[in-house]
Amino acid sequence: MKAPTQYVDDSVKGFITWSIIWGTIAVVVGILISLQLAWPQLNVAPYLTYGRLRPIHTNAGIFGWGIGSFIAMFFYITQRLTKTPLWSPKLARVTLWIFNVAIASAAVTLAMGINRTKEYAELEWPLAIVVAILWVLFSINVFMTILKRKEEQMYISLWYIMAALVGVTVLYVVNNLGMPLHLFKSYSAFSGTNDANVQWWYGHNAVAMVLTVPPLAIFYYFLPKITNNPIYSHRMGIIAFWSLIFMYLWTGAHHLLWTPVPDWIQTVAMALSIMLIAPSWGAVMNGYLTMNGQWEKMKTNYLVKFMIVGITFYGLQTLQGPMQSIRSFSAFIHFTDWVPGHVHMGTMGWVSMILFGATYYVTTTLSETEIYSVKLANIHFWLVLIGQLIYSITMWIAGVQQGSMLLATNPDGTLHYSFMETMIAIFPYYKIRAISGFIYLAGLIVFIYNIYKTFQKGENSPTAKAK
Amino acid sequence: MLEKNPVIFIILAFVVIMVGTSVTMIAPFKWINGPGDRIAEVKPYTPLQQEGRDLYMREGCNNCHSQVVRTLAADVERYGNGGGYSKSGEFFYDRPHLWGSRRTGPDLARIGLKYPDPKGAWHRKHMENPQSVVPASNMPSYAFLNQALDTTYSERKMKLLKFPYTQADLDDLKGKSEMDAIIAYMRKLGTDIPVKKAEAAVLVPAVLNNPYTDVKAVKEEAEAIYKQQCASCHGEKREGTLGPALKGSAKSDADLFKIISNGIEANGMPTFGAALDEQKIWKLVTYIKLDTK
Ligand code: HEC
Ligand code: HEC
Ligand code: HEM
Ligand code: HEM
Repeated sequence: MKAPTQYVDDSVKGFITWSIIWGTIAVVVGILISLQLAWPQLNVAPYLTYGRLRPIHTNAGIFGWGIGSFIAMFFYITQRLTKTPLWSPKLARVTLWIFNVAIASAAVTLAMGINRTKEYAELEWPLAIVVAILWVLFSINVFMTILKRKEEQMYISLWYIMAALVGVTVLYVVNNLGMPLHLFKSYSAFSGTNDANVQWWYGHNAVAMVLTVPPLAIFYYFLPKITNNPIYSHRMGIIAFWSLIFMYLWTGAHHLLWTPVPDWIQTVAMALSIMLIAPSWGAVMNGYLTMNGQWEKMKTNYLVKFMIVGITFYGLQTLQGPMQSIRSFSAFIHFTDWVPGHVHMGTMGWVSMILFGATYYVTTTLSETEIYSVKLANIHFWLVLIGQLIYSITMWIAGVQQGSMLLATNPDGTLHYSFMETMIAIFPYYKIRAISGFIYLAGLIVFIYNIYKTFQKGENSPTAKAK
Repeated sequence: MLEKNPVIFIILAFVVIMVGTSVTMIAPFKWINGPGDRIAEVKPYTPLQQEGRDLYMREGCNNCHSQVVRTLAADVERYGNGGGYSKSGEFFYDRPHLWGSRRTGPDLARIGLKYPDPKGAWHRKHMENPQSVVPASNMPSYAFLNQALDTTYSERKMKLLKFPYTQADLDDLKGKSEMDAIIAYMRKLGTDIPVKKAEAAVLVPAVLNNPYTDVKAVKEEAEAIYKQQCASCHGEKREGTLGPALKGSAKSDADLFKIISNGIEANGMPTFGAALDEQKIWKLVTYIKLDTK
């Protein structure tokens, strides 16, 4: 018998650990800014004002927790699917260092007010270059592993992974083009309406290439692993894949409806956004159909719960998103709290649920042991689910209420409500949202404890001791 | 073949991504900011205004404030301040754009039209302590901007952005605080485009006769308008804060009407002729003259 391939997983562990740390920081800062919206006295020092903290929250969430975990999972999945050890373990360790330096510097510089203000591309040029280098090094490592693979077939997850590698590179580089003034300040290479159009081409595809494609790669890999059943249809996965990465790039202007961006771009974005329902639900149905005949696992296997609830939120997210892309609906909810409701169903419901499930799976596999406590995993599941639902639902109600008040006019065409009346109406929701944040944080702490204990258990197990 | 060759796969994925990108992101460069978009009256920022803009970015005001008035009637009514909806050409000098994605606070695209006071007294008070002006506001206090403005790069910025400037502009920066700069920026926003001001002046009828002499009949409505539009400068109880006390004003109805309709912009009293119709202004006049609560 051939010796099994020796996979290199120290960087997987490293990225998992650090992404959880950054994720926790993101959530804590999220709670702080949600409290500040209800109690402005909490803006105690310049570097702790809402305007400077909010980008720290989004960057720690998307880049620290999101990208950090994706890198861990991509290293893990790629090795298994190619039956090949990681191309360069050393490079992977360097990548982890750069990653931590980049995220830490991001937090510090954003607190200092060094901020390009373009959403999800806030980092000034020297840091943006570091992030780009980080991504390229990581991409090379994954790509070379695929190139040298021992397994001929490329499973659908590898397609998604490679698309993310190319997509993120193109998007990030273009939207960060600028004219440096000095080390800590630059001006965008594009101006006015052009800059807005480039920004949301980037912004929406950050959603596509960071918050959709990587979690899908992870979902397609882990669902069959967890359930011991192959994915329902590889072909359906492939069709959905190509149409997804084709359509997403047309839709950026659904963030710019009713603005000076040319009408035809808005209309195209609206149409393609609605068409996106098809490939998105292709993936959702693929997941559901894989579960056919084994739905009882929703009860018996805690990991299945995370995966299936995650893909369900993806399904809801990709119905709500197209709805928001319709001009008349956008008029109503754009700029209101509805949008944070949408955002957090995506980030807390879809992305994080999938990552929680994958992290449990990888932790137990690497530790060669069972989970420390299934009961705690279930408590974790319910706490984060309830926290997220309260968050999103209160924000949707707040958004609809404020949206309708802002648009309400008297018979003579004048406005019915002042801005402040619309704001005072949503204060109660801000307070409930802050509470939901604490519930979510409690769930997160249970998760961290469980993961920590599982790693510990692995280290103390007889097999580990024998090594 | 596809399933087997990662290099071909990557190239193919790149091509697929570039189709939508080319049509909706690259191609529009041909039209946007072209001659059809340009508005002659829109001027680049002065060194002080640009410093203010950079501070606006530093503080992340864009996380709560948008800067684009959509073509929706309610948007124009609420945030247009007589300037209508935003046109592409107005943003020609904006690097980056600051349209934003959230309106935790109001849109600021035309804020310069709303508070015309050259000394920026309203802004100063509001920035230092927003709750002193709008009690329920959740805007943070920016009193810490009362520190000297760093002008080391001011001239380099103008050169990099290719904005015209004079020595006088640079001299103007001397002794300025960060607060002065951000207020200069606020005061510039939305003021370049032609506005409906002229129309407002015409609105004053030849014979000024107040149709509302019974204060009881108008009090409720007038008080509501007053709280929305006037209280932040004249005080909740008309006792006078930034603007003079109005309670029981001794001025004639006609004079009051003219002041409210046309404003006294040089001294910080905005023009309300476009925002409020004649009937509402008369009701306010009647209400103001009331000298009890
Ligand atoms: C936490 C969100 C928040 C941040 C951050 C914030 N604001 Fe505000 N801002 C508000 C709210 C809410 C209002 C409406 C109530 C009021 O006037 O205070 C407002 C009102 C304003 C107004 C008056 C608008 C009007 O129509 O009367 C101006 C001007 C303004 N802000 C400027 C700024 C500037 C400049 C910054 C950055 C230095 C900033 N704001 C940061 C929330 C915010
Ligand atoms: C941005 C601040 C501001 C707002 C808002 C404002 N005012 Fe004024 N108002 C002033 C200032 C400043 C003066 C003093 C002008 C001067 O001294 O020439 C003034 C003067 C006046 C005067 C003349 C008073 C006198 O005795 O000379 C009247 C009347 C008046 N305002 C009515 C109103 C009404 C009615 C509203 C609401 C529709 C309003 N103002 C909103 C700042 C404001
Ligand atoms: C078919 C799929 C989707 C479509 C058509 C869609 C559409 C939209 C639209 C129109 C907005 C703008 C709302 C507004 O400001 O008025 C938006 C915002 C957003 N969406 Fe989605 N969405 C989709 C899926 C997702 C998914 C899966 C995520 C994952 C987390 C996500 C995350 C976000 C984020 C983070 C924003 C906020 C952007 C910002 O304003 O900063 N979306 N989406
Ligand atoms: C307890 C958990 C969380 C809380 C309390 C929280 C709170 C907040 C608040 C208050 C905002 C600002 C909303 C506004 O503009 O009005 C925000 C925005 C945002 N958060 Fe969170 N958050 C949490 C978790 C997360 C996580 C885990 C992620 C990402 C992985 C995330 C990503 C984002 C993004 C992308 C935005 C920007 C949305 C937009 O532009 O519309 N959040 N969050």
